Parts: sequence; structure tokens; C-alpha cells
Amino acid sequence: MLAKLMRLSSVQRVVSILAIVGIYVILANTLFPEGSFFHVSSYSVNLLGKYLCYALLALALDLVWGYCGILSLGHGAFFALGGYAMGMYLMRQIGDRGVYGNPELPDFMVFLNWDSLPWFWQGSDSFVWMIAMVVLAPGLLAYVFGAMAFRSRVSGVYLSIMTQAMTYALMLAFFRNEMGFGGNNGMTDFKDILGFSLQSDTTRLVLFGLTVVILAAAYYLCDRIVTCKAGKIITAIRDSESRVRFVGYNSASYKVFLFTFSAVLAGIAGALYVPQVGIINPGEFSPINSIEIVIWVAIGGRGTLYGAIIGAVVVSFAKTRLTGIMPEAWLFALGGLFVLVTLLLPKGLVGLFDKRFPAKKNTTAQENAA
Amino acid sequence: MRPAMMTPEQTGPDTRHGMILYMENVSVSFDGFKALNDLNLYIKEGELRCLIGANGAGKTTLMDVITGKTRPDTGTVSYGQQFNLLQHNEEQISRLGIGRKFQKPTVFEALSVKDNLYLSLKMDKGIWTSLWHNLSGEQKDDIDRILHTIGLTEHRDRPASVLSHGQKQWLEIGMLLAAKPKLLLVDEPVAGMTVSEAERTAELLTSLAGEHSVVVVEHDMGFVRSIARTVTVLHQGSVLAEGTMDAIQSDPEVKKVYLGEEGNA
Ligand SMILES: Nc1ncnc2c1ncn2[C@@H]1O[C@H](COP(=O)(O)OP(=O)(O)OP(=O)(O)O)[C@@H](O)[C@H]1O
Ligand SMILES: [Mg+2]
Repeated sequence: MLAKLMRLSSVQRVVSILAIVGIYVILANTLFPEGSFFHVSSYSVNLLGKYLCYALLALALDLVWGYCGILSLGHGAFFALGGYAMGMYLMRQIGDRGVYGNPELPDFMVFLNWDSLPWFWQGSDSFVWMIAMVVLAPGLLAYVFGAMAFRSRVSGVYLSIMTQAMTYALMLAFFRNEMGFGGNNGMTDFKDILGFSLQSDTTRLVLFGLTVVILAAAYYLCDRIVTCKAGKIITAIRDSESRVRFVGYNSASYKVFLFTFSAVLAGIAGALYVPQVGIINPGEFSPINSIEIVIWVAIGGRGTLYGAIIGAVVVSFAKTRLTGIMPEAWLFALGGLFVLVTLLLPKGLVGLFDKRFPAKKNTTAQENAA
Repeated sequence: MRPAMMTPEQTGPDTRHGMILYMENVSVSFDGFKALNDLNLYIKEGELRCLIGANGAGKTTLMDVITGKTRPDTGTVSYGQQFNLLQHNEEQISRLGIGRKFQKPTVFEALSVKDNLYLSLKMDKGIWTSLWHNLSGEQKDDIDRILHTIGLTEHRDRPASVLSHGQKQWLEIGMLLAAKPKLLLVDEPVAGMTVSEAERTAELLTSLAGEHSVVVVEHDMGFVRSIARTVTVLHQGSVLAEGTMDAIQSDPEVKKVYLGEEGNA
């Protein structure tokens, strides 16, 4: 099987690996009894689901950074917005089971003495509304931000600083109680999703499976984008934007498209993340989170879509391990790892792997991404 | 008529008066330094025009003005009778049919030779088209033909970054051809080329005139002599003389300020 995998194109490889991992984990969790060597605990399933949400987020960032040179230091904001959209829906699913037992209002609103839902919470009890918001909130923000920045030709460091400022401003706003999103506590104590208990192992398995499927689908879409004609233009913009304009392309519209698409993926990642971890709070907007995403991608291998996934999973796994032992040391370890990889492995972890097992079909972007 | 309401790809420049480009009283200054100084230049449809002038005479700046990269302080630039180029940006000007080869070869390094041509083809450049586009048989033939013309057929699948300097110049000319422009602006095409490469470039540019109008900036006087019908001499941002190569070379003003200095006429 391994030999066969090696002969596939990179999309086929990644989708197959995801399918194998997904199916294996689900089967191992349900079929093998606890204590068996092959058993995968529900705790591990949940943890892996969380890593795969991060992987989707890293994929989104790599699309804009690795392929178009847009170093976004604010992708955490899109992730958080998707998460908040899901959180609002989950809050409404609690119904009258909250501490105050109010069937209409979430607890934090009762606590603030609000007597009715603010306008932007209207419709939030609908699953369809939630799906729409998961896409629209990050998508619209990215579209407006991108249209302003890219049309006025802001790029490079200035753009990165603007994205960082954007997520910081959102964090401050979401910390405020009056914003109506639960202030610094955010939203938690979720009970159900679509009527299924979030505490049940089955629901968790389904959420995990859904994350795997969506990650695979997103990977396929991203690969399609970077290999089609628009992808070639996007790569060309990364290397020489003014030249692209002289060939007759409106480079700004390509960047706006890519940035918006990427933000939507990040939002979906956030929406999948929240029911699996059970909480969303303004900390998700914090600038350091967005920087961490960049580090995942750099460590995994910028400009290769699977590098982003590997980076996110490996670094998150290391984080879980290390913060279990010495929480204070994590940021130093992360920084050190980043420096080491930049110096020794400019193409990231996948640079090591690619040399030994080159994929059949190379995407054009890989060679020059570094 | 407002430019925004036209569909330039179909309209094309109005050249009923025989002129494709009019530049009148154009001045450009950088921090008080006049790179172009009250310049007047007219290019006839289908002609091959050579532009010469010492370093810093303003040749590249002139191309920057035509292609929308630099906005002049004063003056008018029109393409055919009807397009005021000063109201269009780079990508619109490119779509109007003005193609440019840069002084420093700028190809898309990460893309294959073939893809460099693919992106340059004359077609809808919008994002939605690009997302779903597949090469038609006709477009593939176009690409093959251009690859043959520029002698890069066997390099078609290699990334442009591995090409030699001369080959990149060729690829860039190929990218121009792919766009099927009306007016070609070619900045120093033979810089860094071997003699035989330069000869092929001369042949190519000569064969392009007629169907296209071509403006070539070049320092190499031998090359200019081999292709030029009309030569324009630029000096300190304005036109010093204009005429046949022989007329130019015997012009006392030109001798004094340009050919005399270079000494290679
Ligand atoms: N963006 C700019 N900012 C400041 N000065 C500039 C700029 N572009 C050009 N110049 C100056 O304008 C003058 C004309 O430059 P230009 O590049 O047009 O010359 P050229 O005729 O193409 O010379 P060469 O033969 O060296 O290519 C030069 O003195 C140059 O230094
Ligand atoms: Mg020049």
C-alpha cells in the first residue's frame, strides 16, 4: 500500500492518507475495546479533530502566503469569526437549560440585564443561518479588507501589520461585554448540535469524521486553484506583480479573490473547532495566535499545501506534549524551532520528505516558493 | 465618448490618419530633474521606429509613460485618435493592444516557458475565466508557433528561471507576440545577446513591423542600422533629431551630443 501511495499525485496522496487516518481512527475507537493496544481513546479522537481544524487553518494561510506572497498575520481573526458564528448557534441550542433558565436569551445576556436578543442574534437558532454566517462573516471582512488594501496596492510588511492590527482591534472589541458576544468569557457550556449531545462519543466521532472530509475537500479545492490558470497568475503575482499587470491582469482582483476564499476556509476551520473544544472566547483573536499559524506553515513547508497540514499537526502535537510538562517553555520552544527550521530547512519539514519521495505531478509553485 | 464605456479589445485604435501613437508636450520630472522635457513623438501605424540616446536620455521613462507606469506632469498621450492613455492604468493599456518588453528581462520565473506564454495570450483576463480556463486547440497551436519562432520549443516545460539571459529576452518577446498587440515597445532587446542571437532578433523584429507598429530602444548602433527605417534621437528628455540612419549620422547636433560621445557610430 505504501509503495502505491508513493506513485500518486500529491492530491491523491493527501486525500488517501486523510481517508485512511479518518477511517482507521473511527474504527479503532468503536471496534476495539478500551485497554486494547489498537484502541484509540475518545480523548485522542477529539485531540486529533482539533489538530485537523488547525491543519485547515494552516492550509488557508499557505494558500495566500505560500502561493501569492500575502503574509497575513490576521488569519486567526477569520478562524475566530467562524468559531463565533458556530458558538452563537450552540448558545441558542442550550435553550432553557442555562443557569438562568431563560428559553430565549443566553446566560450572559440575562446577566447583563438585557431583555431581548440584539438584532444581530436574530436567526442564530437556525442551523442554516449558522452555516451562512460561518461563510459570510469572515468572507465579507476579508473581501472588504482585501479590496481596500489590494486596490490601493498595499503589500509586504505594511499589509502584514494591517492584518495584525485588524485581529487586535477585533480582540479588543470582542472583549467588551456590550458587543453582545459574551465579553471576555466568550461562549461555553454548549449542550447540543442539531439536537445531538456534544458530550456523546458518537457526536464527537461524527464531528471528527466531518473535519476529515472537509479538510480533504478543501485540500482538493486549493489544489485545483493553485494548478489552474488562475493559480499560475497568482504565483506570477507573488514573483512579480507589476509584470502581471503589464500582461493585462487586474492583479488586485486575483488577490481579493484568493484572500476571501482563504478567509472562508479559516472560518470553516473555526466553526469545526468550537464544538470539538467546547468554547470560543476573544483569546482566539489574539495576535500571537495568528503568528503561530505562520510558524506552522513555515515549519511544515510554505508553498506546498500538504506542508501546511503537516506543520500544523506536528507543531500542535508538540505543543500539547510540551505544555503538559512545562507550559512556560512553549513560546521559547516554538521560537527556537522556527529559527532552526528557517536556517536549516528553508523548505520546511516537507523539504526533507520531497527529496526522497517526489510526487508524480509537481505543482509549479513548489520549486520557487522559498 | 468615455473610455469606460468602450470594449477596447474589439474597438482597437482609430488609425485612419495613419498614426497609432501621439505624444505631445510630454514632461516628467523626478524631484525636479526633468527626465522628459516637452517631448513630441508620433509613431505611424505599422512602422518600425528606433529610439536612441545616451544613458539617462529618458528612453525607458518614455515607455513608462506610454504604458501607464509613470504619469507625466504635463502633455497628452493618445493611442490612435480616440484613446487618451493618461486615463488608463497599466492593465487596461495592455488590453488596448500595447505590449512592452522591459529593459531587464522580466519573465515569470516560477512558471514554465509554456505557461509564461499561456498567461500572455490575448484573451479575457478576468478571474472567473482564469479559474475555469482550458487551452483550446487553437491556443495550443499559437503557443507552439511562438515557441518555434523564439527557438524555445525544447525548453517549453522548463521553469523560466533556468533560461539563459538571452533566452529570457526571447521568451519575453514571445510573451509580447502572444498578446497580439498593435503597438510593441521593446526596450534594449539585444543587450547581453551573442551576435547570432542579435541577428535573429533583428530578423524577428523586422518581420513584425507592418502587422504591428514597433518601437525599439537600443544602444547597439550596428543593430539599429540593421533594422531601422526611421531613427529618433533623444537627448535630455526631448527629441533632438529624427530621420533615416544616414541623415541622423550626418546631423551635426547629433554628432556633437551623442554619437561623438559614444564613438561607435
Ligand atoms: N523613478 C525614478 N525616480 C527618479 N529618477 C528617475 C526615475 N526613473 C528614471 N529616473 C531618471 O530619469 C532619467 C532618465 O531615465 P531613463 O531610465 O528613462 O533613461 P534611459 O534613456 O532609458 O537610459 P538607459 O540607456 O540607461 O536605459 C535618468 O537620469 C534616471 O536616473
Ligand atoms: Mg533605459
